[in-house]
Amino acid sequence: MTTIAMSPDPVVPRDRAPFPPIPFGRLVSVELRKCFDTRAGFWLMASIGITALLATGAVLLWAPDDEQVYSSFAAAIGIPMTVILPIIAVLSVTSEWSQRNGLTSFTLVPNRNRVIAAKGAVTLGIAIVSMLVAMAIGAVGNVAGSAILGIDPVWDATFTDLSLIVLAQTLGMFVGFMLGVVIRHSAGAIVAYFVYSFVLTGLTQLLAETQQWFRDIQQWVDFNYAQSALFNGSLTSTQWAHLGVTSVIWLVIPMALGLWALMRSEVK
Amino acid sequence: MITVESLTKTYGGFRAVDDVTFTARPGRVTGFLGPNGAGKSTSMRVMVGLTPATSGHTTVCGRSFADLPNPGREVGVLLDASAQHAGRTGREILTIAQRTMGLPRTRVEEMLDLVSLTPSEADRRVRNYSLGMRQRLGIGTALIGDPDVLILDEPANGLDPAGIRWMRDLLRGYADQGATVLLSSHLLHEIEVIADDLVVIGNGRIVAQGTKAELLASAGTLVRTRDVPGLSAALTAAGVANTESSAMGGRDTLRVEAEAEVVGTIALDARIALLELRAAEGAGLEEMFLELTADNQREITAADQGEAA
Repeated sequence: MTTIAMSPDPVVPRDRAPFPPIPFGRLVSVELRKCFDTRAGFWLMASIGITALLATGAVLLWAPDDEQVYSSFAAAIGIPMTVILPIIAVLSVTSEWSQRNGLTSFTLVPNRNRVIAAKGAVTLGIAIVSMLVAMAIGAVGNVAGSAILGIDPVWDATFTDLSLIVLAQTLGMFVGFMLGVVIRHSAGAIVAYFVYSFVLTGLTQLLAETQQWFRDIQQWVDFNYAQSALFNGSLTSTQWAHLGVTSVIWLVIPMALGLWALMRSEVK
Repeated sequence: MITVESLTKTYGGFRAVDDVTFTARPGRVTGFLGPNGAGKSTSMRVMVGLTPATSGHTTVCGRSFADLPNPGREVGVLLDASAQHAGRTGREILTIAQRTMGLPRTRVEEMLDLVSLTPSEADRRVRNYSLGMRQRLGIGTALIGDPDVLILDEPANGLDPAGIRWMRDLLRGYADQGATVLLSSHLLHEIEVIADDLVVIGNGRIVAQGTKAELLASAGTLVRTRDVPGLSAALTAAGVANTESSAMGGRDTLRVEAEAEVVGTIALDARIALLELRAAEGAGLEEMFLELTADNQREITAADQGEAA
């Protein structure tokens, strides 16, 4: 079969044109596909629309007549979104580790920054599109509610109000994304998100009520607190500054550290 | 072409890969052979950029893996067939690879045909796959980009005998077309049948490498005697390298780097009676493998009594 006196390179390798690099847009489309192509992923995405419908139905059924206004629908729909969107963001990152398909993903694209950036782009897109869908469902609910009551629909949320809510949801989603990058474990990151957004909120509130020193600095260090202004209409420039400073502390710095560790970590 | 130069990977004080250097050449199947935990998988993960090396470096197609513009088109990788999202279908996993690499859609069906996954199997979720089906899917994912280099970690795992035969023919075909094929295994017979070149690794270190023919030829002579220390001393005095060997199942055997006649003459001069004297080459690769790794295995057992080698 094999002869010992074989030349070192008996076969001339195929001469192929150099391959062009993988464009970023392609990575984004692949990552988007990966959000939908499992049952769990599909239903998580579908749950955005489903919970928006349920929340709208709840307002139609149970809200008093004088609250059948658009802001009621928008507020009701926002509640499930604050839970679902960050989970989508968490899982888009952590499934690479928890499901171990990162072995393939990071072999096909060795520059892990590009994969994570593509996931970030998809996360941003999902945040905006899902909020637009949710708001459209809320608008239908508002029209239906006023039609039932026989009044003109009340549009008491301005474009600015809605934009700020989208921004708030996007920030929440990126907190989930950041926790996914830092923790790289699905259950751990989801628990961390709930601790951050629900437990921590209560604790800082308690701390602010009992400790003067914390009350003084809270708006500069408490991201949840700074974000709450986004749900109350327009922000003053000081409030924007609070939002900027706290997002650096809670989002930008941990994300940078998490990415640094992720690039150097071992994918097993 | 894959080159590995002075590759070392340590975890704390543990050297998982210790100064490993070898080259896998185009047109040949290189077998990466070693017992479990020898450092094969770690070395392969370093080659494809999943694990950072402590020192040394590796290249694939003349470049560092991370510098390949579209690695899937040049290097087919299968490290762990079970490392896939369990909720995706087989077809979907191939589709993701096809889209990432920018290949025509038809490649997915071609690969399903190649690895003999039926349409109904392809539409099943991977959590319901047997290990053999996962292995086939993994091989399909590695080959979808029509690469010139294949890096496969234990690809025969979980395949039935027909599947192993199929994979062997497939890899042989790739190598004959000029591809570089590196595959690891702890299954000696599998490697012995398919590989042209061998790299044998134990406890992170390379213990032997060369063409299969060279390694078998250099296996030396096995000699059995009741006076092992005496014969060993006589051989050493005559300038002939020899080591104790467990290849014949007892502690009364030496493996000698010399022809049987030389060994017999030395024994005669030293007036040492021999029980058995024969060329080691016929003993096959398994004996060589056990022998080459036996020293390392004993070290483990001595250092760490509790753990099975």
